[in-house]
Amino acid sequence: MDFLTVENVHHTYLSKEAATEALSNINLTIHQGEFVSFIGPSGCGKTTLLSIIAGLFEPASGTVKIENQSVFGNKDLSIGYMLQQDYLFPWKTIEDNITLGLKLLNKDSESYASTASNLLKDVGLPPVEKKYPRELSGGMRQRVALARTLAVDPKILLLDEPFSALDYQSKLKLEDLVSNKLKEYGKTAVLVTHDLGEAIAMSDRIFLFSARPGKVYRVFEVPEELRALTPFEARAHSSYSSLFQLIWKELESLE
Amino acid sequence: MNNQKLHEQFILSLKQEKRLVRFYQFLILIVFFGLWEAASHLRWIDPLIFSSPSKVFHLLAEKLADGTILVHIGYTLFETVLGFIIGTLLGTILAAILWWSPFLSKVFDPYLVVLNSMPKVALGPILIVAMGPGMTSIITMGAIISVIISTIVIYTSFRNVDANYLKVLQTFNATRSQMFKEAILPSSFPTIISTLKVNVGLSWVGVIVGEFLVSSKGLGYLIIYGFQVFNFNLVLMSLLIIAVFATIMYQLVEMLEKKLIKNE
Repeated sequence: MDFLTVENVHHTYLSKEAATEALSNINLTIHQGEFVSFIGPSGCGKTTLLSIIAGLFEPASGTVKIENQSVFGNKDLSIGYMLQQDYLFPWKTIEDNITLGLKLLNKDSESYASTASNLLKDVGLPPVEKKYPRELSGGMRQRVALARTLAVDPKILLLDEPFSALDYQSKLKLEDLVSNKLKEYGKTAVLVTHDLGEAIAMSDRIFLFSARPGKVYRVFEVPEELRALTPFEARAHSSYSSLFQLIWKELESLE
Repeated sequence: MNNQKLHEQFILSLKQEKRLVRFYQFLILIVFFGLWEAASHLRWIDPLIFSSPSKVFHLLAEKLADGTILVHIGYTLFETVLGFIIGTLLGTILAAILWWSPFLSKVFDPYLVVLNSMPKVALGPILIVAMGPGMTSIITMGAIISVIISTIVIYTSFRNVDANYLKVLQTFNATRSQMFKEAILPSSFPTIISTLKVNVGLSWVGVIVGEFLVSSKGLGYLIIYGFQVFNFNLVLMSLLIIAVFATIMYQLVEMLEKKLIKNE
């Protein structure tokens, strides 16, 4: 059975000036443990679709279900969402930031402090629980944001260009880390990105969207040999560049 | 070793600069009082109107000795602090209500503008008739003068909180009150503190004007009384006392600021 199903989703943004059709007739399914990416030109509605999957707002029509439960307004589903920036709360310590979701969801945890320190270790950070976000570098902060997302043990991780604001080195390291953690915990993930290389290196499948209105234009399967590798290794593999060329041409034809 | 020396020198130069600043600040104070005293003595200014520091301090010592001034200070200080706290608290609560309901905020928008541009002290006579010529109406004056502007400024800050923080909370299924508590209120602390600083001055205005109108106690009353009996020693002494206590209140707000906002 499919883990996530998006059925006949349409969405229109209304403003005083116009009604803009952002998404038109989106249908897709994602399996348990799969990593998929949404790519496409700007204005193709990929972030809109991600927000709808996250249940942040309701689509104009259509349904999104995770394990047969509707996502919008569903308090039982926990969804992990990572944004372009870390959005750690500057007035909270790292520990309080990581355990924020646990506290809000009233999840019982033997001890918030030990949960936080275990997660910090897990995302490859030294014990910085008592520090404030401003004392950490951009890459470290995004790792903390990952820890905050993983803390609530979400069913699915939605990644909205989480690496785009980082320097190249941190970005590569973090891609590997996220990819590893997701495999380790068997999590399903959806990544929205502008970076085609990142999509290929990390995903099992890639959805290419066309713009105005946003539609699924093509779906690419990433070959088995790339999926088995870490994102960093995948970038060096020969099938990486051939897939890159293939999708690149399709992208070009869209713009 | 060399680095350490450089650092020591740097610290020393910082200290020297600070000392120099303090010195000039003190100098200005001395020169001010010195000039005032001299001008009054030499009749460059009319001593009847502008008094002189020696007369003012003499009067202050006298009033301190018989204890009467303490009653007046206590009275005014109580009214001001209470007016200040009520004004800011009420402003924050109103701002929270407006944030809670965007519809209400749209409805009330023009009324807030009208209320804000109106001179609140003009309500004084009405307040006094309605609430009686006592402490209540004076405290109300102290509060009313700052409440609307606090509401407007704090509400604007509530609305300007980065929506992505709310998005993060939303993915954790946070309720609206949790969003307020976790994101909206704490990220607006800097704004609330700066309205507190403005409100220190405003509530003194409200209370002093209130005392002008009705009171038989307090520093505002002393000023009006001194004016009526043409005792400007009394007027200037009250003014100096107000300056001292307003400064102390301001310093307390700054201490609160340092406590609340450590990690921006």
